[in-house]
Amino acid sequence: MYFLRRIAFAIPLLLVISALAFALVHLAPGGPFDRERKPASPEIERNLRAKYHLDEPVWKQYGRYLGDLLHGDFGASMKYRNHSVSDIIAQGLPVSVLLGGLAFCFATAVGLPLGFFTAARRGRWPDYAGSLLAVLAVCIPSFVLAPALILVFAIKLGWLPVGLWSSPWHMILPPIALGSFFIGQVARILREGMLGAAQSEFVMAARAKGLGETTLLFKHVFRIALLPVVSYTGPMLADLLTGSFIVESIFQIPGIGVFLVNSTLNLDYPMIVGLSLLYALLLIGLNLAVDFAYTWLDPRVKYE
Amino acid sequence: MNDQSLHASPGRRAWLRFRRNRTVVLSSWYLMLLLAVILAWPILLKVAGGDFARLHDPDRISDAQFSGPSAQHWFGTDLHGRDLFSRILFGAQISLLIGVFGAGVSLVIGVLWGAIAGYVGGRVDGFLMRVVDILYSLPSIIFVIVLVTTLGELLKHSHLVEASPTAEGAVRIVMLFVGLGAISWLTMARIIRGQVLALRSRAFVEASRTLGAGTGRILFRHIIPNIFGVAITYTALTLPAIILYESFLSYLGLGVQPPMASWGTLMAEGVEQINPIRIYWWLIVFPGGVLVATLLALNFLGDGLRDAWDVKSK
Repeated sequence: MYFLRRIAFAIPLLLVISALAFALVHLAPGGPFDRERKPASPEIERNLRAKYHLDEPVWKQYGRYLGDLLHGDFGASMKYRNHSVSDIIAQGLPVSVLLGGLAFCFATAVGLPLGFFTAARRGRWPDYAGSLLAVLAVCIPSFVLAPALILVFAIKLGWLPVGLWSSPWHMILPPIALGSFFIGQVARILREGMLGAAQSEFVMAARAKGLGETTLLFKHVFRIALLPVVSYTGPMLADLLTGSFIVESIFQIPGIGVFLVNSTLNLDYPMIVGLSLLYALLLIGLNLAVDFAYTWLDPRVKYE
Repeated sequence: MNDQSLHASPGRRAWLRFRRNRTVVLSSWYLMLLLAVILAWPILLKVAGGDFARLHDPDRISDAQFSGPSAQHWFGTDLHGRDLFSRILFGAQISLLIGVFGAGVSLVIGVLWGAIAGYVGGRVDGFLMRVVDILYSLPSIIFVIVLVTTLGELLKHSHLVEASPTAEGAVRIVMLFVGLGAISWLTMARIIRGQVLALRSRAFVEASRTLGAGTGRILFRHIIPNIFGVAITYTALTLPAIILYESFLSYLGLGVQPPMASWGTLMAEGVEQINPIRIYWWLIVFPGGVLVATLLALNFLGDGLRDAWDVKSK
């Protein structure tokens, strides 16, 4: 029942988000035809505006947009002519999803053991070294890490390709550059959760009853500490799967992240609103999935 | 914890715990040193004058293009033969300025928003928090790009900028920290609301209300001082995030405009020069190194503050 209500609530939320994104981009000065290679003559520009209904009042345009949306039509891009927004998303999204999915696997595969290890060795040098690594991962921006990886592994050593996205060899450096920030976040959240859980009464009780430290760590402390990590995966995956402008542009990967930034810079109205809706849909869906997973992971949690 | 610190005020206890943390002390020293160098460097250039100042003028284009680190140019020079050491220090002013004021903007909005939502409750709370939910679901990059370009366009035609072209750089920086602050207050608002909600039902607040204290008095005398630690902690954690975001925007070409530099624009210039033939490593290593070191120190400081104020456990 609770989840049905949440799903029902998502629809007005998406409506508001689309309206907000629509209003936001239409309020911004300039228009999608300002940055053409050659400045268009006034007649051409007037015709272009008429073709995309930009000469109508904004509320009317929004109504038209919603009508099209109900038919599953996200409209046509105003910058990449002859391409519909759905086309561009259909082309770029699978690439971004693969890149983001790999980055997610990488981040959790390294971040979880790192967080576990630092928490288990709290206050000793492995903790300091591991924690430093985790903060470092958070602090190195991807536009520093990506060129550094290219310099070392592609140019100096020549092991991996510099860019593009065709063979499995191309899919090693970009997920690392994209995922490293989340390694740090996952490790830090897990460490904090484990330290908190280690002090709780049920752990003390279990220890008093003579449970071994290893069983205690894996079966009790880790399980509870995983919960905050799980709730972090919602926004994390939404970020990862919609692509990253930096990583995609440095490695020249044809994903959706480049479009998100470029369409905003060009004020490509339907693209921006469409991509905003996609992001919001992903975020809402993932948060819902996380909350659903919570009821299964933590029997104490009950939603009425 | 010994007897003496048990009787100290919460602020004093936090300070004692804060000082015991070695990484925090080290980070504080690093940041103070950086601040001192940033402030002293322009003065030194003015006082020394002559060749020294000319050599290290961050904006002077010279023939010494892409020369590596040397006794003359400690961090080497860039594409236009400008001294990188100087450019990093002048860029630091901009990056830190935007970070501090951006975090300040997010602090003010976040605390007010969260405190009002938590304290007033009911429909107001529901409305304010739905706004936060909605803004959360919008990709922040869209919001910030539209905000920055809109503000930029508006300010370009204002009298201030038309009167003096030098004002444009300053206006751009103001716009950047307002824009970045405006997108970074959401988490702060959520945390503060939770804290206020918990505080509101505490006995001492009830007592104060029974004694006839008004909303304003309770808010400013009891609630706000009690969320001070949390607010400071999250501001300290927001600061590096904003510096990072600014460098990202500058990297996109939306942030600070040349000839002015920030750490982000310096990094972008370094990345542009990557090619397989000749590696100008200093263009990436030095700006990146200073940026990462500063972010590290700020993060440690934020974590230290959180431990000191014991934010999580209450």
